Amino acid sequence: MDIDLETNLPPDALDGMQHLVSDRAVRGETVLLNMGPQHPSTHGVLRLLLELDGEVVVNCVPDIGFLHTGIEKNMEAKTYLKAEVMTDRLDYLNNLGNNLTYVMAIEKLADLDVPPRAQAIRVLLTELQRIASHLVWLGTHALDAAAMSVFLYCFRERERILDIFEMVSGQRMMTTYFRPGGLWRDVTSGFEAAVRDFVSYFPPRVTEYDRLLTKNPIFLRRTKEIGYLEPEVALRHGVTGPMLRAAGIEFDLRKAQPYSGYELYDFDVPTHTDSDTYARYLMRMEEMRQSIRIVEQALNKLPLGPVRSNNRKYVPPPRSELGTSMEAVIHHFKLWTEGFIPPKGSVYVATESPRGELGVFLESDGGPKPYRVHWRTPSFTNIQILPILARGHLVADLVLLIGTVDILLGDVDR
Amino acid sequence: MGIEQKAGNMGVVTLKLEEVINWSRTNAMWPMLFGLACCAIEMMSAQASNFDMSRFGMELMRPSPRQSDLMIVAGRVSRKMGPVLRWLYDQMPEPKWVIAMGDCASCGGVFNNYAIVQGVDEVVPVDVYVAGCPPRPEALIHGIVTLYEKVKEEKMKDWA
Repeated sequence: MDIDLETNLPPDALDGMQHLVSDRAVRGETVLLNMGPQHPSTHGVLRLLLELDGEVVVNCVPDIGFLHTGIEKNMEAKTYLKAEVMTDRLDYLNNLGNNLTYVMAIEKLADLDVPPRAQAIRVLLTELQRIASHLVWLGTHALDAAAMSVFLYCFRERERILDIFEMVSGQRMMTTYFRPGGLWRDVTSGFEAAVRDFVSYFPPRVTEYDRLLTKNPIFLRRTKEIGYLEPEVALRHGVTGPMLRAAGIEFDLRKAQPYSGYELYDFDVPTHTDSDTYARYLMRMEEMRQSIRIVEQALNKLPLGPVRSNNRKYVPPPRSELGTSMEAVIHHFKLWTEGFIPPKGSVYVATESPRGELGVFLESDGGPKPYRVHWRTPSFTNIQILPILARGHLVADLVLLIGTVDILLGDVDR
Repeated sequence: MGIEQKAGNMGVVTLKLEEVINWSRTNAMWPMLFGLACCAIEMMSAQASNFDMSRFGMELMRPSPRQSDLMIVAGRVSRKMGPVLRWLYDQMPEPKWVIAMGDCASCGGVFNNYAIVQGVDEVVPVDVYVAGCPPRPEALIHGIVTLYEKVKEEKMKDWA
């Protein structure tokens, strides 16, 4: 390949990206470096084009789409119930949260009722999922800062959460447990004991992570005053979730527009004002503690009763009715062959995922399949902030900054 | 019974060269850290404390293809990622093996659409397919042990 001796680049290397990098790159004063898509610390298949002055990042251009799965288009080709399977694979650390957002959209579209027991179990499991997601974040974030052991501790606890998910749904990750109008089935008999066990087991573990990292001088040096994000910039870019709350803006959809009965639980939304990587770390640690509080409350006042709505046009009849009721057989047959048909209209429903506002826009044309599904994913919005955070920092810090934004490429590219 | 009893006090073991090479390959196989999607999380679980893949000689996940001899394709491969995958595979030194982890990597899984490569064997030759969406860590470990059985059967005359 021909190399231009003045810039050390192939002659056409800059043609397509001159607007992305500074003039100094064109003059050959800075170095262009490719990072990813196969890189151990990009948390997936993110590709970054870096313009470096020595080791300092001048420009950072994310290139996404390496995990584009066509989930939105694929959901249009399936009935409402079958399309829910796709939602698990969207943000694969927040499977139950995705299920919740999607089924809430259908429930809003069809005006379905959800029994209180189902609501409470939904909240409980979603909060466990938030802890599991934050545990993966904490483990990989510490790994980025070269603290290997935290990863092993975090995954130890995460396995216990996944065991609970497996207990109720039969799957560790891709649960598809929440269904329109309630749950797939009631929780199994060992569920309450398992959750109670986890509730008493987990808080000392958070303290353990605290001891590993919070006052660790190496970790402090790597995270303090790294990646400052101004609140105005965060708002302008539509950043949500822990990123926004660490910038001092208290916005949490669980408080701002409570869904699924979150108004019944007593919990705090932690905020911080430092808005650096360390503040975001503290934030997420505190969120784990708050989540376990919600789990405990939900468990203590778990109502009894049905877990599925009685609306037979949307919810399949229980197995016991199939042998005795002709209507039940007809409903069952219609639901599993054609699927249910919600009324025409479009809805937008948003929930607070571990990464921020996860919204789904659902449009129904009066058929058994959704006409359009659009996901407003928090990672996709939050990743815009990465070039702003990275500017002026070292390449080694960039690795931590990718971690602190907590992007998930399944969520970005979908 | 250890090797010293078999070998007596002479300190000599006789066996076929291909057997000893295959044995050493299976006990120090370095997989490439190639996480794509959901399966990557289960692959991380497989390495973490509960499942501890290092019991099978898999302690090191190499971030570079040049240092690795096993590629675990963990997750769905999009059309944009396909050429990158092939490029990485070509950079790996011989001998090399590929495990297609999960349904998406094996056959496209639930994503029968325009964006996903319908099975990673369209791009690279696959030795072991691990089914599941995502497979449990035990399933991945089983896939690796299955690969070991395959490696142990390899013949010297097939090595180019």
